[in-house]
Amino acid sequence: MNLDFSPEDLAFRDEVRAFIAENYPAGLRDKQEEGEEMAKEDFLSWHRVLAKKGWVAPAWPEKFGGPGWTSVQRYIWSEETARADCVPILPFGINMVGPVIYTFGTPEQKERFLPATLSGDIWWSQGYSEPGAGSDLASLKTKAERFTGDDGKEYYLVNGQKTWTTMAQHGDWIFCLVRTDPNAKIQEGISFLLIDMKSPGVTVRPIITLGGEHEVNEVWLENVKVPVENRIYEENKGWTCAKFLLAHERSGIAGVARSKRGIERIRQIASTELSDDGDSLIKDPMFKRKVAELEIDLTALEYTELRTLAGEASGKGPGPESSVLKIKGTEIQQRITELVLEAAGHYGAPYFRGFPTDGDNAHPIGPDFAHRAAPTYFNVRKTSIYGGSNEIQRNIIAKMVLGL
Amino acid sequence: MDFNFTEEQSMVRDSVASFLQDKYDFDTRRKIVSSDAGWRADYWKAFAEELGILGASFSEELGGLGGGAIDNMIIMEEFGKALVIEPYLGTVVIGGGFMKHSGYAGAASVIEGIVGGSATIAFAYAEPQARYTWQDLKTTAKKDGSGWVLNGHKAVVIGAPFATHLIVTARTGGAQRDAGGVGVFIIDKSLPGVVTRDYPTVDGNRASEVYFENVSIPADALISESGLALVEQVMDEAIAAVGAEAVGVLRKLHEGTLDYAKQRKQFGTSIANFQVLQHRMVDMFIEVEQSVSMTYMATIKVGESAAERAKAVSAMKVRIGRACKFVGQNAIQIHGGMGMTDELAIGHYFKRATMIEGLFGSVDHHLKRYESLSFDAAA
Ligand SMILES: Cc1cc2nc3c(=O)[nH]c(=O)nc-3n(C[C@H](O)[C@H](O)[C@H](O)COP(=O)(O)OP(=O)(O)OC[C@H]3O[C@@H](n4cnc5c(N)ncnc54)[C@H](O)[C@@H]3O)c2cc1C
Ligand SMILES: Cc1cc2nc3c(=O)[nH]c(=O)nc-3n(C[C@H](O)[C@H](O)[C@H](O)COP(=O)(O)OP(=O)(O)OC[C@H]3O[C@@H](n4cnc5c(N)ncnc54)[C@H](O)[C@@H]3O)c2cc1C
Repeated sequence: MNLDFSPEDLAFRDEVRAFIAENYPAGLRDKQEEGEEMAKEDFLSWHRVLAKKGWVAPAWPEKFGGPGWTSVQRYIWSEETARADCVPILPFGINMVGPVIYTFGTPEQKERFLPATLSGDIWWSQGYSEPGAGSDLASLKTKAERFTGDDGKEYYLVNGQKTWTTMAQHGDWIFCLVRTDPNAKIQEGISFLLIDMKSPGVTVRPIITLGGEHEVNEVWLENVKVPVENRIYEENKGWTCAKFLLAHERSGIAGVARSKRGIERIRQIASTELSDDGDSLIKDPMFKRKVAELEIDLTALEYTELRTLAGEASGKGPGPESSVLKIKGTEIQQRITELVLEAAGHYGAPYFRGFPTDGDNAHPIGPDFAHRAAPTYFNVRKTSIYGGSNEIQRNIIAKMVLGL
Repeated sequence: MDFNFTEEQSMVRDSVASFLQDKYDFDTRRKIVSSDAGWRADYWKAFAEELGILGASFSEELGGLGGGAIDNMIIMEEFGKALVIEPYLGTVVIGGGFMKHSGYAGAASVIEGIVGGSATIAFAYAEPQARYTWQDLKTTAKKDGSGWVLNGHKAVVIGAPFATHLIVTARTGGAQRDAGGVGVFIIDKSLPGVVTRDYPTVDGNRASEVYFENVSIPADALISESGLALVEQVMDEAIAAVGAEAVGVLRKLHEGTLDYAKQRKQFGTSIANFQVLQHRMVDMFIEVEQSVSMTYMATIKVGESAAERAKAVSAMKVRIGRACKFVGQNAIQIHGGMGMTDELAIGHYFKRATMIEGLFGSVDHHLKRYESLSFDAAA
């Protein structure tokens, strides 16, 4: 057992810190710190900086464009980007479909999609969920029927509806699970298709969420023609890709480094806000205790993640244990937003989205952090629902780990 | 022992419920919230004239129907079920409360205005630095001839955009956090020097930052020159009424979740068949029932001694705050992705529940108040 960073790791950390300090725009940092909604360009600008440096996909093998970092270096990277309030790299291309393509794709598919995913030229969306297929993903109904086009090539004709598709309003491509054999058992007969969102028949409609954000969408697929060469892996074997992808989705989901930064921010906020007795909020025994408990729970999560990482480094893939990280990680993220809202007091109530800001700086309404506190609290309820709900994660642990 | 309502009270409940069912469905409410005005003045008029509820909690001598806190409870619960925006709490419960308990000379005419629907009131008590400490006041009222001059800044005054009058707390003497010298005034919102900055709140209501810039107010605006005890009493009644509103909100969160879980199918069965969700919905039910009990308890005790009243109300607010969080969060969780949408009513109940959690004092605030009343006092 040894938990210290080596001198090489420490040098790496300094290099990363210096790079972020020089290259990460301060405007983005402020937006991220306040929990403001990010525009497409906000995500892409930082993505491009990292792509140029070769650091955008820490987990990818070097031969596909990854930086060749050890798991400790990747850990340092996530710590440092969170500390500096870096805009997250959207997971759909880098963490999800990228690994599927380099693991299951043909050489042509790798050539065509991996460089464009790294550079940010393709904005990917995840087309898994459907109105009738949420937790029970395998019951999905979107159909893909094969036919020969007028040009003599093979195509799928895709019909169905995807939903909850994050950021699909900006999407270039969407990776979808579709049913290619309606007669097979439900987890068989599914294929993994890449669909160009500019294809005729693709319609994206916004869904507005509780905090007032436009983050998710409905995606309608009506007689969309998709070349067969855009299918990853074998026909009717898409579930293999789907499961592989979900394991990757879950491994990044604990968000320890971001939660550490979140708690640090609560400490900052609570040292300037006042409690009922007129002293600083961070001295209030009840508030202080909640922050302390949160920190302790986060430490437990952090060391659980480190053990998982160490396991992975010695060759064990991310197993069902990653469900532990998902459950505890999202619960902690949610508690952080609860405390920020509590700290805001009365000023958690004002709501400013879409509200004309009259530039009247003489009378700012409440402290800077407060107007995003409630919308963020509402928005972060999603973390225990998406990526496999926390109930589903507990079912996974019960079955796969405890053998129940 | 009797937890039943009188015939009159049952009639009030039924008439409010049926009015709201017809005229305050979720789509209508959505239109009200997004309209420029942010409320329905014609509904307010109907509350006064058609339903007569604005007078339900005032005695007959004051031109009301002879009720009290229980009537407010009944009405607020129904308002909670429909997420009503119109300012019953500020006008009738708080404004009316100050009039009932203060011996203020102008009370009869203000109450006449409330009951008839022409006067609407918002309570400007909170200040940016004060959190939930009512007597922490930087706003000042200085004697000027026979009247007063008001200066200061009041934070997040709920319902102020709809109000004709403001009830304001301001220092008439003493230091910033002293118990003495907490003056209470009622003023016309249109007085020169009253500057408001209006905005929506996350739960669809409207509020204002209110600035008093050398506002001259007449001598008869003074309700009390040192009125902290009065403020406490009225606030406790308001908190009890908010508890009743919360009960309405919680009932809808729970019912809506049961209905959704029965109808939503995954894995070939309705999700209500998963035992983990069943037990969660049972726990939600327990939270709702305990909230009902605590609200009855607090409402009955608002008439008792200051210490008894405060203890009862704070105990209720702690339970209600916890229930709002537990029931609200689980309602969203059990709705899955649908719970995250603006389109469904459930999220709007969750937002109101969340705002009630912090309204007039958080769980921590009331837990501390309860502790000091029940332990420190005994020591
Ligand atoms: C903000 C947001 C972004 C999303 N982004 C994407 C995206 O980009 N792409 C995409 O494909 N999907 C996305 N999703 C969809 C997400 O994966 C689904 O919401 C999730 O799988 C849950 O499905 P559901 O919403 O249909 O809920 P349901 O499956 O209907 O679940 C409802 C409730 O029942 C519980 N439940 C269900 N089955 C069981 C069981 N067997 N045992 C116990 N409890 C159970 C659930 O835990 C939940 O509490 C997103 C969702 C949200 C909210
Ligand atoms: C101190 C003590 C005094 C007692 N006194 C008496 C007495 O005077 N007379 C008498 O007749 N009995 C008595 N009992 C027995 C008592 O009634 C039983 O212990 C009780 O009914 C539970 O049965 P069990 O112990 O067989 O547990 P089990 O029924 O085997 O249950 C084990 C666990 O499984 C859970 N479980 C079982 N079924 C379900 C389900 N459908 N869904 C979810 N969870 C479930 C239970 O909640 C429990 O956690 C006593 C028990 C104790 C501990």
